[in-house]
Amino acid sequence: MADTAIYGLMAEFQDPSALVEATRRAVDAGYRKLDAYTPFPIEELAEALRFRDRRLPLLVLAGGIVGGLSGFGLQYWINVINYPLIAGGKPYFAWPNFIPVTFEMTILFAALAAVFGMIGLNGLPLLYHPVFNAPGFALASRDRFFLVIEASDPKFDRHATGEMLRGLTAHEVVEVAN
Amino acid sequence: MNETRSSQLSPQAPIIAPGHTFGSVTDKISSIVLTKSAPIPWYVAAFIGFLCTMMLFYAITYLLLKGVGIWGVNIPIGWGFAIINLVWWIGIGHAGTLISAILLLLNQKWRTSINRFAEAMTIFAVMCAALFPLIHTGRPWLAWYWLLPYPNTMGVWPQFRSPLIWDVFAISTYATVSVLFWLVGLIPDMATLRDKTVHPLLKKVYGVAALGWRGSAKHWSRYETAYLLLAGLATPLVISVHSVISFDFTIGIIPGWHSTIFPPYFVAGAIYAGFAMVLTLAIPLRALYGLHDFITMRHIDNMAKVMLVTGLIVFYGYNMEAFFAWYSANQYETFMVWNRMTGPYWPIYWSLIFCNGVAPQLLWFKKVRLNLKSLYAVTMAVNVGMWLERFVIVVTSLHRDFVPSSWGMYYPTRWDWMTFIGTLGMFVMLMFLFVRVLPMISIFEVRALLPQAKVKEAPAE
Repeated sequence: MADTAIYGLMAEFQDPSALVEATRRAVDAGYRKLDAYTPFPIEELAEALRFRDRRLPLLVLAGGIVGGLSGFGLQYWINVINYPLIAGGKPYFAWPNFIPVTFEMTILFAALAAVFGMIGLNGLPLLYHPVFNAPGFALASRDRFFLVIEASDPKFDRHATGEMLRGLTAHEVVEVAN
Repeated sequence: MNETRSSQLSPQAPIIAPGHTFGSVTDKISSIVLTKSAPIPWYVAAFIGFLCTMMLFYAITYLLLKGVGIWGVNIPIGWGFAIINLVWWIGIGHAGTLISAILLLLNQKWRTSINRFAEAMTIFAVMCAALFPLIHTGRPWLAWYWLLPYPNTMGVWPQFRSPLIWDVFAISTYATVSVLFWLVGLIPDMATLRDKTVHPLLKKVYGVAALGWRGSAKHWSRYETAYLLLAGLATPLVISVHSVISFDFTIGIIPGWHSTIFPPYFVAGAIYAGFAMVLTLAIPLRALYGLHDFITMRHIDNMAKVMLVTGLIVFYGYNMEAFFAWYSANQYETFMVWNRMTGPYWPIYWSLIFCNGVAPQLLWFKKVRLNLKSLYAVTMAVNVGMWLERFVIVVTSLHRDFVPSSWGMYYPTRWDWMTFIGTLGMFVMLMFLFVRVLPMISIFEVRALLPQAKVKEAPAE
C-alpha cells in the first residue's frame, strides 16, 4: 500500500558491500521504486538496482552527427554559395580544407550533448530533494551509504518495509519527511 | 626515506598511501579549501602573480592605444612572441587533457590524484594562449567578422580554406570542452563541500554549484557514462588541436615550416611541455599542502617517464628535420637548418637542443627521477626548452627565407617581455586562486581508489 505522508524509508550502511547486498535483496523482495546514495560511483549498484539507461550515448551520437553536418554545411554555404572568393588558387569547394572545422564542431556538439544530456536526464539542477531532510544524509557525500525505498512503491508499507530494511544489516533506518 | 620511496614505486603499491578512510581523504583535501587562512607562500605567490597580471593589463592597454608596432614584429618576422607564446601555452595545456582523458581511457588509476589540477592548468594555459592571437590582431573588436561566422552588415564571411580559421575553431572547442570536463568532474566534490562547510553563504554557493547533487546511484551511472564519453571525445580533440596549430605552419611554404612531421611532433612536444608544467606545479603544491599521501613518488616517477618518452619523440623530430633538410637536397631547406645551427640565432638553437634533447636524458636514471631537486631542474630545462623550440620554429624560419633581399632580424621589445611575463603571472595567480577555492584533488575519485571501496561479494548461501 502506497503511503504519501512520507517520502520513504532510508537505511544507512557503513560500507559499500553491505549496501550492494541490501539493494540486491530489496529488489529481489519486489521493491521497484528505490534508489541508493553513495559518496562515489559503485558499478555493482546500478546492476543491483536493475537500472539501465541507454539514452545518453544515443544523445551524444546525435549531437556529434548534428555538429558535423552543421559544421560542414556552414562552411559549404559560406565559401561556396554565399561568399565565393578565390584564395590561394584553390577551388571554392575545397572539401579537405573543411575537415578540421567539421571535426571540431562534431566534438563540440557531442561534448555539449554529453554534459547537458547527463545533467538533464538526471533531473538536475534540483536544489531541493526530500532525501536532504533525513538526518545524517550529509554524510552521503563523505563516507556513508544509503538505501531509500520510496513511499510511492506499491509494495511499500511503513512497518513491513522498515522491518525488512532493519534485517539487512542496516546501521540505522529512518523515515524521510516529504 | 629512500626505502619508502622505492616501496611506493612497485606496480602493486597502493596509489594512495595506506591507512586512509573515506572520511580522512575527504577531510584532508577539503580542509585546504574550507579554512580561514592560507599558508604564507600562498599569499606571496598569489600576490606576485597579481602584480604580473597588472603588468599584463598595462602592456595590453598600451598595445591597444599604440598598435602592434610597440612589439618587435615587422616584415619579414610578422609573428614573433605572440605566436611563440600561443603555441607554448596551448601545448602546456595539453597535458591536462592527456591526464584526464587519455589516461582515463587507458585505465591508469594513478591519474586520479593529479587530474583535477592538471585540468585547471589546461584551462588557465588555454586562456593565456588565446589571449595572444587575439591581441596580435591589434584591434580585436574589428577582428570578429573574419574570425567567427556571423551575419554582418558588410556581408563578408571567414575564409575556411585558411588554417588560421581552423585555429579559431580548434582552440575555442578545446577551451569549451576542457571547461565542461572540469566542471562535470567538480559536481560531486561541490556536493561534498556543500555538506561539509558550516559557513551559511559558502553552503549556498557550493550548493548551487553542485546543482543539487545527492549521490544517487542512478545519477552516478549516467555520470560515469557521460564522463567516459567526454574522455573519448577529448582524446581525439587534444590531438587535433595541436595538429591544427601545426597546420598554421605546415600549410605555408616557408622552409622549415612546410613539413609533414609537424603534427605528430607538435603533439608530442605539447605533452612533453605539459608534463613538465604539471611537475613544476605539483612538486611545490605537494610540499606546501602536505599532499604526499596522494601525490606519491610513484606519481612523480610516472610523470617523469612520460616526459622522457615524449622528449625522445620530440628529439627524434629535431633530428628528422635536420636529416630531411639534407636528404631532400633542397637548397632552401638545407640552408634553413644550417642557418639555425650556425646563423645569428645559433645560441637559441643549441640551448634548445640542450634543454629538450640532452637534459631529459638524465631521466633514464631512477636516482634523478626520484630526487625532487634534480627532477625539478630537468622540468625547468624542458619548460625553457619548449619555449625556445617555438622561438626557433617561428623566428629562424621566417627571418631568412628564399631571397636574401627580404632577410631581417627579430628582437623582442620590452612590451613583448612584459606581455609574456604578464601571462606567466596571470597563470600563477589563477592556479593559486583555484587551489584556494576548489578541491585541487578529485575527492570522490580518491575515495573510489581506496581498497575498502571495492564491493566484496557476499558468500553464496
